[in-house]
Amino acid sequence: MTTVAARTQPAPPHHDDRSFLRKYIFSTDHKIIGIQFLFVSLFFLLVGGLLAMQMRWQLGFPGKPMPGGGILPDTMAPGGVILPEYYIQLVTMHGTFMIFFAIMPLLVGVYANFLIPLKIGTHDMAFPRINMWSFWTFLAGGVVMLLSLFVPDGASRAGWTQYVPLSARHDYSGASLGQELWSVAIIFVGLSSILGSLNYISTVINNRAPGMTWFRLPLSVWALFITAILGLLALPVLSGAAIMLLFDQILGTHFFDPTQGGQALLWQHLFWFFGHPEVYILILPAMGMVSDIIANGSRKPIFGYRSMVFAIVAIAFLGWIVWGHHMFVSGMNPTLGSSFMVSTLVIAVPSAVKTFNWMGTMWRGNLKFTVPMLNAVAFVAMFVIGGLSGIFMAATPVDMFIHDTYFIVAHLHYVLFGGSLFALFAAIPYWYPKMFGRLMHEGWGKVHFWLTFLFYNLTFFPMHILGMAGHMRRIYDPTQYVFLQPYQPMNVFISVSAFLLFATQLIFFVNFWWSLKRGQKADLNPWQDNGLEWTLPSPAPHGNWERVPTVYRGPYELSSPEVTEDYLPQTRKLPTDREPAAATAARH
Amino acid sequence: MSWWLPPRASTFTGPIDGLFIAILIITGIAFVLVEVGLIWFIWRYRQRPGRKAFYTHGSNRAEVIWTTIPAVTMVALGLISNHYWVEIKGRNSIPANAYPIGIHAKQFEWQVTYPGADGKLGTGDDFTVRNQLHVPVGQPIVLSLSSEDVIHSFYVPQFRVRQDIVPGMDIKAWFQATVPGTYELGCSQLCGLGHYRMRAQVFVQTQADYDAWMKQAAQEASK
Amino acid sequence: MRKLEVVVAASVTALVLTVGAWTHERPAAVAQGGAISGKIKFTGRKPAAPKIDMSEEPKCKAKYQAAPTDEAVVVNTNGTLANVFVYVKAGLPETYKAPAPAGPVTLDQDGCRYHPHVLGILVGQPLAIKNSDGILHNIKAKGTKNRPFNISQPTNMTSDRTFTAAEVMVPLECNVHGWMHAWLGVLPHPFFAVSDAEGSFAIKGLPPGTYTIEAWHETYGTKTASVTVTGTETKTADFSFAGK
Repeated sequence: MTTVAARTQPAPPHHDDRSFLRKYIFSTDHKIIGIQFLFVSLFFLLVGGLLAMQMRWQLGFPGKPMPGGGILPDTMAPGGVILPEYYIQLVTMHGTFMIFFAIMPLLVGVYANFLIPLKIGTHDMAFPRINMWSFWTFLAGGVVMLLSLFVPDGASRAGWTQYVPLSARHDYSGASLGQELWSVAIIFVGLSSILGSLNYISTVINNRAPGMTWFRLPLSVWALFITAILGLLALPVLSGAAIMLLFDQILGTHFFDPTQGGQALLWQHLFWFFGHPEVYILILPAMGMVSDIIANGSRKPIFGYRSMVFAIVAIAFLGWIVWGHHMFVSGMNPTLGSSFMVSTLVIAVPSAVKTFNWMGTMWRGNLKFTVPMLNAVAFVAMFVIGGLSGIFMAATPVDMFIHDTYFIVAHLHYVLFGGSLFALFAAIPYWYPKMFGRLMHEGWGKVHFWLTFLFYNLTFFPMHILGMAGHMRRIYDPTQYVFLQPYQPMNVFISVSAFLLFATQLIFFVNFWWSLKRGQKADLNPWQDNGLEWTLPSPAPHGNWERVPTVYRGPYELSSPEVTEDYLPQTRKLPTDREPAAATAARH
Repeated sequence: MSWWLPPRASTFTGPIDGLFIAILIITGIAFVLVEVGLIWFIWRYRQRPGRKAFYTHGSNRAEVIWTTIPAVTMVALGLISNHYWVEIKGRNSIPANAYPIGIHAKQFEWQVTYPGADGKLGTGDDFTVRNQLHVPVGQPIVLSLSSEDVIHSFYVPQFRVRQDIVPGMDIKAWFQATVPGTYELGCSQLCGLGHYRMRAQVFVQTQADYDAWMKQAAQEASK
Repeated sequence: MRKLEVVVAASVTALVLTVGAWTHERPAAVAQGGAISGKIKFTGRKPAAPKIDMSEEPKCKAKYQAAPTDEAVVVNTNGTLANVFVYVKAGLPETYKAPAPAGPVTLDQDGCRYHPHVLGILVGQPLAIKNSDGILHNIKAKGTKNRPFNISQPTNMTSDRTFTAAEVMVPLECNVHGWMHAWLGVLPHPFFAVSDAEGSFAIKGLPPGTYTIEAWHETYGTKTASVTVTGTETKTADFSFAGK
């Protein structure tokens, strides 16, 4: 290990003579791969948002021609009026793009790649070439998924959960090639995540800088590490299930077709056995990065570091035994429902612990509201709502009523938008200078934050009320139900808020692009933080350090009485610090 | 437009709404605690020149407190919920005197099979009506749910009852309507492009009305 | 040598003229060709046509005075059978080429029923599927030789579809209104007809030849007959279906 690592040490920056293609396209540099993931998944985030806007148009104004909808072909929206078959494609593709091609790669693809080597103090990932493949398989999957919208009969029509037999048989769904392309794209994503996860796990275990003990790892790295373990174990299940589904679709097997001896619930078990850990894949990295940012913004050590680590591990462990809570009313044995209910309720505990620890971190702090900090605090405030609303559906009798209603839609958006996306709106500007050498515009960042916070709540909070009224998910025209007709004004309100929310995101995108060239130049450590990445120039050079740094303490020594400044970098040696044990150092 | 749960029309509404309210209170307390706490901290500990944050790594006592309280609450909630869950969906929950009705779901319609005069399904006097579920009030009803094609879900909001209907499985679900009237039955599991129109009317009638309707409908069906 | 040139020139001219005449006059010849007509008799027990309860669709229900009945078997008042698809199954010369279709065939969804219930169409001819009800209908075509499709029309609108291969019959159905069925015969030639309210059908413009004629009914299956057409006469071919 030692010799291999020594030989593959990249050349120092001034000897960087790689071609443009090697440097920026087929790069094996973890930072470039992270940035590639960032650009591509931000694009898919935009795609997912556009799909959502079309859904919201239809829900708010059912049967009315959509402005600009005239450009869509007649198979989607003749005269701009969205067809039911296109609407369910929108539902399916919005979920699929957001989960697999936007949030998951934004959190894991971008930040596991970018942050892990920088934060643990190493030159690159353990397997840089595998890392490159992870990006290209992801991109292939995304392109296939995007193309599926334009094949005859359009994209998949079975929801992002692809419940069989609707997804397995074309005569049920009315889709054709689109269904197969969904499976193929997901197999690509599975492969990409497995390759990535292998890398993240190996890197964190083997390549930590001298002195970087497990309990000196930043919580972001802990979260990404545990996420990678979840990914490594969960994605093979999804890929396997997707391969079985593909076989059903093209080879005439009948794994999931009950008319031929298959099992419809088998898919749900496989899907949610992947799907629930997936939910934590989508939130744990967010929690980790928010922990770093809140500690930094509060100028205080993170409150209860070890219990934060244990909470991450506990969530990851419990995440494997709660999948049945998606299936309380699926026809699964109700006795299983009881045990899944208890495990699901218990998983609320580590989430509560994390929330209280974030509050504990802010308590008696010296809170500095930069754009990352604002978004990170909003993450806590919104994640709490998403977490608490989860308790309603964890209780099986209540779930029987609110399952598959807008209450669930509200819940999952409070976790995924209020949680994951706010964390990203914190993380992107926070590490932007280390990626591009410039800061994102602070003023526009604040405008974006406040408008997003407002319109986000106006969009998603009323969905709780709709769900309580019994408004089903994935219905094309709610006014078809007499009992839902009085709620149409609320649907209009939600739609208008959603349009404004989407428009607000354009501020973010413009700020992002504008700052690449015009942003204020950043120095080494713009946030006065302790992490190893802040000892590097902005942007961080290829190969990161010429000599890996030595670590003397944990990452959260903020406002330490030992120094006059309110931060104390991990690498700064105080007279009282001892050199780390030789064993750790020998690894490099 | 109501900002609350739909009107109550079955025996399940009591426990389910009760649990809903209990959870709303518990989560409401947590919500207020966290959000008010956050806002207060944001105001109280905002950055001021010359101030340094309080240097602490945490408190084990606090960790124990905020681990134990949610844990105890959640387990208690689980036990209470489970009590009602067993009553509603448990394997032995279906009352012995429940009146059987068959529901066969199909893209995109509900085929409701009534047991006829003998009160038993699977006999010669059964008859099937499309998209109309008639049930006598105050009488436990047991549904035999089957599907022709894909997964559908039986959902009547006013009854708080929902059960997925899975092809290849024979699933039983029961309920007891309490208020005569007309309600809507909707499919709540995406079942294809006509999903949003897969609905039926539910008529809760007095026993006498139901009997009269059944007599007439049976005649109509045998013609 | 000169003689040969004359012969060649004459032959070429004759050939050109013949081919020209053949290609030019063919539609005229077809229009004037033979015809086959007949009646579809119905014997045996007439099945009861179940009433369709459209109360769930007030818009459709309002279009009927008396409750509409199921269309799987429609026996006319004169004891004949309607909705029988009669077509030339075999016997056309291999060189036969169908004339270009004049325009689209319309399938109207009106009063939650298909009009017509049975229809024929040429390969490549557009089928204009019209929704006159203004409520959701979906149209699921379950052909085996043609690409199946499942499209929907949430409101008044028309969708065009074409069929690429001959197929008798392509079943069409609406899954929102389970009683709605239509049958589409896709043929490479225009020699088909559907028996009407009198039970009669007529196939016109047939070139001379011996044909296998098939009569198809959705409930009672198929019957065939062999008919020879020599000139411009009208031959009779009656079919008979028996109720069970």
